[in-house]
Amino acid sequence: MPDEVAKHTEQLADQLREMILIREFETRVSSLFEDNELPGFVHLCLGQEAVATGACWTIGDKDYITSTHRGHGHSIAKGLEPDRMMAELFGKETGYCGGKSGSMHIADVSQGMLGANGIVGAGPSLAAGAGLSIEQSDEDRVCLSFFGEGSMAEGVVHESMNLAGVRDLPVVFICENNQYGEMTPAADQHNVDGFEARGEVYDMPAETVDGMSVHDVYEATAEAVERARNGSGPSLIICDTYRYHGHYEGDPTTYRTDEEVEQWREHDPIDTLEASLVEGGHLDESEVEAIRSTASDRIDEAVQFARDSDYPDEETAFEGVYTEEI
Amino acid sequence: MPEKSMRHAINDALSEELARDDSAYLIGEDVGKPGGSFAVTRGLHDEFGGDRVIDTPISEAAIVGSSAGAGLTGSRPIAEIMYADFMGLAVDQVMNQAGLFKYMFGGDVSVPITIRTVNGGPGSNAAAQHSKSLHGLFMHMPGIRVVLANTPYDAKGLLKSAIRSDDPVLFFEHMELYNREGEVPEKSYTLPLGEAAVEREGADVTVVATQKMLHHALNVASSVAGNISVEVINPRTLKPLDIDTLIESARKTGRVIVADESVIQNGPASYIARRIEEEAFYHLEAPVEVIGVDDTPIPFSPPLTEAVVPDASDIETAIREMPRI
Repeated sequence: MPDEVAKHTEQLADQLREMILIREFETRVSSLFEDNELPGFVHLCLGQEAVATGACWTIGDKDYITSTHRGHGHSIAKGLEPDRMMAELFGKETGYCGGKSGSMHIADVSQGMLGANGIVGAGPSLAAGAGLSIEQSDEDRVCLSFFGEGSMAEGVVHESMNLAGVRDLPVVFICENNQYGEMTPAADQHNVDGFEARGEVYDMPAETVDGMSVHDVYEATAEAVERARNGSGPSLIICDTYRYHGHYEGDPTTYRTDEEVEQWREHDPIDTLEASLVEGGHLDESEVEAIRSTASDRIDEAVQFARDSDYPDEETAFEGVYTEEI
Repeated sequence: MPEKSMRHAINDALSEELARDDSAYLIGEDVGKPGGSFAVTRGLHDEFGGDRVIDTPISEAAIVGSSAGAGLTGSRPIAEIMYADFMGLAVDQVMNQAGLFKYMFGGDVSVPITIRTVNGGPGSNAAAQHSKSLHGLFMHMPGIRVVLANTPYDAKGLLKSAIRSDDPVLFFEHMELYNREGEVPEKSYTLPLGEAAVEREGADVTVVATQKMLHHALNVASSVAGNISVEVINPRTLKPLDIDTLIESARKTGRVIVADESVIQNGPASYIARRIEEEAFYHLEAPVEVIGVDDTPIPFSPPLTEAVVPDASDIETAIREMPRI
């Protein structure tokens, strides 16, 4: 096997490992929620793992991402630890945000994760701000901004893409088109087919990729990141993907058919990659089994860590509002 | 001490802070080459260049949202929103983003952003979409500091502190005070956020007044001096609020009037009155009187505006009608 092919295969195997970890995390979150062990709202990205993994694989620790209320995959892909994420979902003091964020607002700014966000379309303006900071400090960083296709109906997304465009900011806008904005089909929310046209409006390169293929997402994002780093400004990537679960856990999903879900599952990003790596002889069944069992063990540990952690002291409810007491 | 206009004092503060801190930058609509729609940022683009004084598209949500993102990632943005009314387009970026990040993200981050905006345009007959006084709206948002520029001296010292603050600050300038002159030291100075100023000492009645109302109150205090001794207090910042200075004065005079140009219902003046009544109740000769705008938008026609927005005569009437004065 030529070196380049071997390296590529190794990368795909590592990406598979990460996607399996995201899926394991979220599958477990789903069952914990069903068992009433988790408070609050939970929105899962099951089915969308290739977008988070493929995109974040192109950037490093010093780079930034903004995320959405469906942000577990982005967080893991940016390097956040399942233990502290799970503890946050449990509302425990060991969570990334001390139990103040829950699922919808997990952040670790020190790792460049500028927050999941409960407001649809909020991330792109924050990403433009990260871009302005990068410019001010003259550093070689980029910010990936994940947002759902539902956000394309929010004005601030357009304001932010326009601002990033006129200032040539190092931002990659990544639209995850999972086909439904909350509980309404994308086609009923946007009167134009194909979001690439939005890129033309702001004079930035735009393309639609298969969001079920980690390879395709990676290739497109890598190119956009390179453009951003060399000062050529922002790009827009639309990833066609699908969320297997409802808008939120507990959503009866009466607005779509089982057949539709099954059709998308046939293109599952994990199963297809796994099959191609096995067929190509790059992984054997036992190695796949080992990847899955490692991920499962890792999530077992995370759940145990969360369960064993304490709830935060009540007085912390009034702490951290300001940088000093006012 | 030389006299300077409020506009000049704010320009000095911006210039000094941009020079002092490389991570600070100015961002807004027409703040660059045009020098701002009220000429407050004039000259700064020439001095610091287009990367530090950034003209943006007409996009309030992107200006404030990008400031929130930049604040999280090591910058110290100073955003200008042309009129406080236009903050309506960027409320999410304050209410759900900048103001919450520190708390929601577990306390370890700061969002050192300043949003300068302009309120109070009734004297300009700017009508309902260019005249609102919205500081009360932002007092309602945990995580946000709220500062008023009431005099040129305050404006310079408070704006420099606002910019240096590691919390998001809403900084309100009053459209009709930009040309007002006052003493401003040449040297660099800051005023702490959370310290009221007793602008005039008195014994009979306390008037707590903001922005243009402060100047009305000082004029009235001079004109009634000899008959009634009026203490005038400038709260300067509404969050944090220097309640101790207000309570001390209320206990001394026993009569308090709070005058502010925003809507009375759930507004700043009502809040201040409530705090004073709660903490100085047994020293009061009368309920605290609140002067502000009733539940109506600011109209256009001059006589209508005069009917809606309080002025010096409203303050004088309130003083004269205080029980046992």
